[in-house]
Amino acid sequence: MRRISINRYRCAYCGACVAVCKFDANELVETFLTIHEDKCTLCMACVKTCPMQALEVEE
Amino acid sequence: MKTDYDVVVIGAGPAGSLAAKTAAENGLDVLLIEKRQEIGVPVRCAEGVSKEAIQQFVEIDRRWIAAEVVGAKVYAPDGTEIVMGEEMAGNEVGFVLERKIFDRHLARLAAKAGANVLVKTTATGIKRVDGLVEVSMRSMGENFNAKTKIVIGCDGVESRVGKWAGIDTTLKLGEIESCVQYLVTGIDFDPEYTYFWLGKSIAPGGYIWLFPKGNSAANVGIGVLPSMADRSPKEYLDRFMEEVFPEGEVVEVVVGGVPVKGPIETAVADNVMLAGDAARHSDPITGGGIANAMKAGYFAGTVAKEAVEKGDFSAIMLRKYDELWKNDFGKSLHRNKILQQKFIKMDDETLNKLARSIAGYNLGEMSVKKLVLELVKKNPRLLWDIKSLFI
Repeated sequence: MRRISINRYRCAYCGACVAVCKFDANELVETFLTIHEDKCTLCMACVKTCPMQALEVEE
Repeated sequence: MKTDYDVVVIGAGPAGSLAAKTAAENGLDVLLIEKRQEIGVPVRCAEGVSKEAIQQFVEIDRRWIAAEVVGAKVYAPDGTEIVMGEEMAGNEVGFVLERKIFDRHLARLAAKAGANVLVKTTATGIKRVDGLVEVSMRSMGENFNAKTKIVIGCDGVESRVGKWAGIDTTLKLGEIESCVQYLVTGIDFDPEYTYFWLGKSIAPGGYIWLFPKGNSAANVGIGVLPSMADRSPKEYLDRFMEEVFPEGEVVEVVVGGVPVKGPIETAVADNVMLAGDAARHSDPITGGGIANAMKAGYFAGTVAKEAVEKGDFSAIMLRKYDELWKNDFGKSLHRNKILQQKFIKMDDETLNKLARSIAGYNLGEMSVKKLVLELVKKNPRLLWDIKSLFI
């Protein structure tokens, strides 16, 4: 199944991906980002916004 | 643990701490929560702010001033320089803050005013019950609830409070600057100035900045619009660093998203107010957010007091807060959103032409307004449509 994968070695936990998610799928608690797959629609907004290119679609 | 409050403030940045401080000073029972274990870190900010904006709310303390600047130098894509600001040292108009220390200072002022503060405490949801709000929180791994009359959401760019309350603040890809910044040491520049580099090829939909943090050290960063950029901000910045400051050593990386949405329709719902980045209060042209956040926090704190006095926490009552911020910095958010739309569309040749029209002398004042007015004066035909913004 396709999903957004988080490269935790790149993620700088800035929250930009949360701000652009229409579906409230991304959640950042302190330094830990979670993408709730039940809400994620793979719209790619967060992938395009991430300043660190820490997010990508995983087949 | 106390579980009944007049106000729960979510997020202890400049907006949250000012809101908590103001509400507590007005005699309200206030809880200020911060999801991070350390207030102020990791920093997500270029740290530049006008001196006046800070002085309005807090006494200056040298411990959180990293540098002072007298003006700005702006560079067009072809290198044409525009100088703005005081011509002499000693007339500093801008601060470069040490946010790690500044944010803690503000939180301590809130605590001193009587607010309870909890760190490593995340809000996990809000529920309206009988005209009040139940805030669910997780504090160092323990779940607990508190009842409050008002929630002030100052939870930053990644705000969820707005979404929970039904205020849609989701940013489109043309409404957020994707930013990366390095704290660079060992570089050569005049520490009396901040620097900006513009151009579609340099930073599509944004710009590169330099804010001095003492001699030979500076925050050098970039913001780009994801809707316009075809690479990540880090790639653009790395290329710039190689060309302009190859000798620099990076001792810190700062990453963030800055709202450039312009004024939102409303920052209130029943029992809820949003302030700062959560309310998309940062400036669409400069990306600056500290000054507006502090003002918004202050306004929210004063309206909270009035609401508690009247026993009315409805959105209708809280619209007073909307009026306050809209009549204050809301106007410049509106104006600068229009300017942003105009400027991000310009190609590099147009920017060069504009810069050349006013290059060669000091504009005197360091402000977007002054810069644009000078440009309009020299380029009335090219900029005819934005002239009316300043009348």
